[in-house]
Amino acid sequence: MAPGSKATKSNETPIPLTSAERVELYRTMVEIREFEEQVQRSYLEGLVHGTTHLCNGHEAVSAGVAKALRPDDYLSYTYRGHGHCLARGMDAEAAFAELFGRETGVCGGLGGSMHLTDIDKGLIGAFGIVGAGLPVAVGAALSAQLAGKEQVCVCFFGDGATNIGAFHEAMNLAQVWKLPVIFVCENNLYGEFTRIDHTTPYEDLVIRARGYAMEAVLVDGNDVEAVYAATAPAVARARGGGGPTFIECKTYRHRGHSRTDPAKYRDPAEVEAWLKRDPLLLHRKVLADDGLLGDQEAEAMISEARAAAKAAADRAAAASWASADQDFMAKTYV
Amino acid sequence: MTTREMTYREAIVAALQEEMRHDSRTLIMGEDIGESGGPFKTCQGLYEEFGAARVRDTPIAETGFVGAALGLALTGYRPIVEIMFADFLGVCFDQIVNGIAKHRFMSGGKVDIPIVIRAIGGAGLRFAAQHSQTAESWMMSVPGLKIVCPSSPAEAYGMLKAAIRDNNPVLVLEHKALLSMKGPVETGVDDVEMPTGPKILRGGADATIVASLAMVGKALAAADQLRAEGIEAEVIDIRTLRPLNVDLICDSVRRTNILVVVEEQARTGGWSSNVVADVVSEAFDYLDAPPARITLPDHPMPYSPALEDAMIPSPETIAATVKSLL
Repeated sequence: MAPGSKATKSNETPIPLTSAERVELYRTMVEIREFEEQVQRSYLEGLVHGTTHLCNGHEAVSAGVAKALRPDDYLSYTYRGHGHCLARGMDAEAAFAELFGRETGVCGGLGGSMHLTDIDKGLIGAFGIVGAGLPVAVGAALSAQLAGKEQVCVCFFGDGATNIGAFHEAMNLAQVWKLPVIFVCENNLYGEFTRIDHTTPYEDLVIRARGYAMEAVLVDGNDVEAVYAATAPAVARARGGGGPTFIECKTYRHRGHSRTDPAKYRDPAEVEAWLKRDPLLLHRKVLADDGLLGDQEAEAMISEARAAAKAAADRAAAASWASADQDFMAKTYV
Repeated sequence: MTTREMTYREAIVAALQEEMRHDSRTLIMGEDIGESGGPFKTCQGLYEEFGAARVRDTPIAETGFVGAALGLALTGYRPIVEIMFADFLGVCFDQIVNGIAKHRFMSGGKVDIPIVIRAIGGAGLRFAAQHSQTAESWMMSVPGLKIVCPSSPAEAYGMLKAAIRDNNPVLVLEHKALLSMKGPVETGVDDVEMPTGPKILRGGADATIVASLAMVGKALAAADQLRAEGIEAEVIDIRTLRPLNVDLICDSVRRTNILVVVEEQARTGGWSSNVVADVVSEAFDYLDAPPARITLPDHPMPYSPALEDAMIPSPETIAATVKSLL
């Protein structure tokens, strides 16, 4: 947690996890981490084009939130969205193929790293414009409310998005219509290259939610079980018609904003302190202390995930380029 | 099906009412459209019939509710939004241009985006610079959108019905100066086809006049004036700005050899440039004179009635321009 921040507890009943589920959360985080590490290697090999935004350090948010959802729920997310998609079960090969611009990509190579979409998994869209996904999530939540099937929509975004107009319009609409939406703010302290204290009058963004009379929870975003514990009751309340919740997850980017950013603007001491709080290390230790995951098992899990990511990337790279002969107009208009 | 005389405003209401009865997945959102029936009364009676869940008053937050339309469309609904003044399209520009228009393509063509954005624009009511624009060209360069602009009650009814059944995002640009215009409308039509191009409203062998929205009426009045002088002008309603299809206009120019295009927008970047460019490319050899564009001047709309009236192309200006080319 950032200095001065205190996790807040929701008043709702905790929804416990089984031992196996707690270990699975670790596996999900490892898979996301190894996917991103492979993206990094693939980028250096020239397989990933343009830019890409890695989520190393944010894994606990993706894994903890996804664990609290049903298959028929909706998710909107951002250009730093690989982790959200993988936690939701997007096929890693299809994701790599999309990053590589191949015809086997999850969007046929037309979207790219910033726009992974998989509607069948409720992954309604990755938004490359900061804050743009929030009103869309509100619409999906309105859809859920109208359909009456107790679905929810989770909306991921960063601290930077809380300064743009779309954020405020969406928060207001969600609260005034009591929509089943969970706003998950991944506060990694930097909007692109600029630290939050240069752009925002406070570091605890839960304050913004209170301006909309919205339930708000501040949680250690590097503690996957804490993220789950904050999300599950919020989701349950939303399903029951209790309206939206704003969950602020304090977390940190291990790498720069995008592939071309070495992040030299960050204080090395700050980086070091956060690396010690790597969400994978934290959860591994908790599981070890509880006797649920030994060192060997954990290392085996990492090796397995690394090999799987490499194999998925290799298969993706072997696929054909997205073809220029396809009917682009049919993909523009129905 | 019955044909009756109704206003442009009533035609909009009829189309919305019929389509909301036809499909329970449709809903409409906008500012003051619920119990109030809309600031321009274009949603009159809908709230009473369909209730607050499907006829939703929104906060004054175009980014919020236009963005919400995308979320609704992606999850099985067919949202319609009303933008009270077309000028406010600027407020939600990003949601339309980067979101709604591109989401299908970026997903690899795997999602449909059945959204209708109705925006009421246009000059002539003394609303000054921020409430008088037609916004016709603002989004013409955005693939993924369809843009239609009805010039009569029948077109308002048909275009809106077709737009609501369309699985693509459609921007329907209505004109506030036409809201009280009366005309025959055949209602109760089950499946109206989306116009795919312009339409000849009046035949003529001597000149082709192309116009949109309120300028169509001015062009027809100009044609009346020209007829009194023995000149027969063909008047074409452009109807669909995106996709823009100029085939019919080229055919007309091949017969008349004269082209005048009239639009209610500032001169630079207006759609008439596109029409002229395409006609010059396709039918250059048939032109007896350089094509003429009649537009608003390149400054914002002034408030004073004396000035506003002078800005808007008149039948006299159109007729004089045609004559100057003959």
